[in-house]
Amino acid sequence: MVDVTHGAAGPLSAAEVEDVELYHPKSWITTYVFSQDAKIIAIQYSTVALSIGLVALVLSWLMRLQLGFPGVFSFIDPDRYYQFITMHGMIMVIYLLTALFLGGFGNYLIPLMLGARDMVFPYVNMLSFWIYFLAVLVLVAGFFLPGGPTGAGWTLYPPQAILANTPGQQWGIIVMLVSLILFIIGFTMGGLNYVVTVLQGRTRGMTLMRMPLTIWGIFTATVMALLAFPALFVGAVMMLLDRLIGTSFFMPAIVTMGERLAHKGGSPILFQHLFWFFGHPEVYIVALPAFGIVSDLISTHARKNIFGYRMMVWALVAIGALSFVVWAHHMYVSGMHPAFGFFFATTTLIIAIPTAIKVYNWVLTLWRGDIHFTVPMLFALGFIVTFVNGGLTGLFLGNVVVDVPLSDTMFVVAHFHMVMGVAPIMVIFGAIYHWYPKVSGRMLDDTLGKLHFWVTFLGAYLIFFPMHYIGLMGVPRRYHEIGAMAFIPPSVATLNAFISVVALTVGAAQLVFLFNLVWSLRHGREAGGNPWHATTLEWQTPQTPPPHGNWGKSLPVVYRWAYDYSVPGAVQDFLPQNQPPVPRGA
Amino acid sequence: MGVVLVFLAVLAAFAGWWLSRQRLTAKPWLEVGVIGEAPEPSSPTTAKLGLGTFLVVAGSLFALLVSAYAMRMGMPDWRALPMPAVLWFSTGLLMLASLALHMAVIAARCDELGHLRSSLLAAGMCSLAFLTAQMLAWRELAAAGYFAAANPASAFFYLVTAIHGAHMLGGLVALARTSARAFAAPRDIAATAMGELTVGVELCAIYWHFLLLVWLVLFSLLMRWTDDLVAICRGLLS
Repeated sequence: MVDVTHGAAGPLSAAEVEDVELYHPKSWITTYVFSQDAKIIAIQYSTVALSIGLVALVLSWLMRLQLGFPGVFSFIDPDRYYQFITMHGMIMVIYLLTALFLGGFGNYLIPLMLGARDMVFPYVNMLSFWIYFLAVLVLVAGFFLPGGPTGAGWTLYPPQAILANTPGQQWGIIVMLVSLILFIIGFTMGGLNYVVTVLQGRTRGMTLMRMPLTIWGIFTATVMALLAFPALFVGAVMMLLDRLIGTSFFMPAIVTMGERLAHKGGSPILFQHLFWFFGHPEVYIVALPAFGIVSDLISTHARKNIFGYRMMVWALVAIGALSFVVWAHHMYVSGMHPAFGFFFATTTLIIAIPTAIKVYNWVLTLWRGDIHFTVPMLFALGFIVTFVNGGLTGLFLGNVVVDVPLSDTMFVVAHFHMVMGVAPIMVIFGAIYHWYPKVSGRMLDDTLGKLHFWVTFLGAYLIFFPMHYIGLMGVPRRYHEIGAMAFIPPSVATLNAFISVVALTVGAAQLVFLFNLVWSLRHGREAGGNPWHATTLEWQTPQTPPPHGNWGKSLPVVYRWAYDYSVPGAVQDFLPQNQPPVPRGA
Repeated sequence: MGVVLVFLAVLAAFAGWWLSRQRLTAKPWLEVGVIGEAPEPSSPTTAKLGLGTFLVVAGSLFALLVSAYAMRMGMPDWRALPMPAVLWFSTGLLMLASLALHMAVIAARCDELGHLRSSLLAAGMCSLAFLTAQMLAWRELAAAGYFAAANPASAFFYLVTAIHGAHMLGGLVALARTSARAFAAPRDIAATAMGELTVGVELCAIYWHFLLLVWLVLFSLLMRWTDDLVAICRGLLS
């Protein structure tokens, strides 16, 4: 090891660090409701995201009831089924995963892990949450308006999204677009905070290359989201105008029921380009924070430094950059030029390289580590296998010739649920089990946690592995009822019923998790400041849960990287980032 | 989508240059001790960085609008719009507003409160006049029968001018707040207060220069001066 301290030979005294003026709340309302403290905002974001996620979970049960037992539940008519599909997809991808990773974990961890007192623009940060909350309310309003929420599918493809006979054409599509626009405005406010805090708010000694990979993941994902969400914004505004004032951005001339509509000259393909220019980076906006968090979980719970830290950082940045030039692989069947498809297939497959580097590094971190099978570690390991499984089917679908026959089948549904549904959710669960003690001061119950993990993990495989086979048989997605088609064998119906039963069981396991979250708040074991013996700064706060301002009188100073586990010769098997080096000659 | 890829390539080049200066090849596991100074969170750099990040987001938004416009222009049934002459006038007004804010920055840096106030006032007036001129352009087009729903070209014209105008309205709120501070300031204003005011004026000026740049791009696109360039960008991906 090389001591790189410039100037003073000894360790720096904490009092030498300059402090910043902090916003101080004056009343209960400004402390807990309209709070400008990033930690409170993080809890608000997480609560709203998990609550709306629960709605999406219930919607998935309803869909599975219909698919597994067609005709039994008469209230799930085709219109409702499409509405459930649409709302389930949109809520899970945007209002749960994006909001929870960036708004929830981003807000909680960025200031704490970087040794800052708060975000750099706390007021804007507060606005960000409240606009997000408004977006969720507007979204939910769709359920109560005449005609119900939109049933256009989460991709909202025009022209059908705004044509009559699509469920929710009356109000649903309008509130959906307005809600998305609000979400993007709210997210931009938060995103500015995350980026500028990472660039400007780091404490002394916290260089970029000493940041935990969690922060690198959240930072890269935020930059991507700031660049990608405008595409959805533009698309949503244009479609809203098509719907409300009759412009023709996306609406071509259409004859419906023998009548010519007023629209003419719009381009539906234009929407697909805008949507997927957002939509593909969105996959990585969800995946990169998960990559970062899982790296930290594995390193901490295997008591070993992360393998190839530099490579992990470079791979995150490379994946972020590449994900902007692959969007058209979602459009192979839109009638595009074959050369165009070839270009996008190539870029898509290239992404596998940095991604594989990350997987190898996780596995090599585990190699000969002191693996503790704690609940966060179980979820982290679950993530790795699930992500590899989902990623491999992604390689199939990235090739034009394989994608064309598989497009719009259940194979695609199984693929993206594995890779961007189950895998990030595994990380979210692992992260909640890992950081809950810091947020609440108490541990989550271990037995319930293990039950939750095993049912969720095994259940996810029982749900989505058979779904690949169903897809390979050619069973199309987005069908309310398959009916009797010659090419579909009766075993598909049996498999569908099996999947539905497992899905309901896995759903019930999530209720165990919710119970654990609430119960442990009062009855959980006292956690202490650093129950996992972790090195990163958030575990070194003087108080747990950290109070407003995080650090007491003076900010911490960082002397080392975030992964000093099992260092030879050290007294403990971890060295916190703010532990000074032994002075030379001592 | 070629245009947005060009925009992203420029950003990527900048990000690459910036990252290359961040010691990304360091071996943090071998280094202990304190490296470098902490950035100061409350410094003017933070505010400028925040604005800069926002401008990147807004830039991405406009690049995507231009991309969509370019893609639609490439289709065979595209019919161009007769451009109202008043757009020249509004372009001039926006240039004046930008220039006035530049003068305001110089005045603020020289502690000349009187000049600062008059420059801010001029910038505000020019900006309001710009928005009025844009409204006149809308009315002229509407009077000629080109409503938003008339054809794709007019729909795009209303959309890009409206989104640009909305950005200016947001900027005007910030400009109004900064101007209010400048007009409320006493003659013997303290150096720190003047420093804060200067930062506010600088932020407004940066934003207005950005709006001018975006408008010049949009204007040249609407006037069809850049058709060849757009065709090249479109050709990148086909």
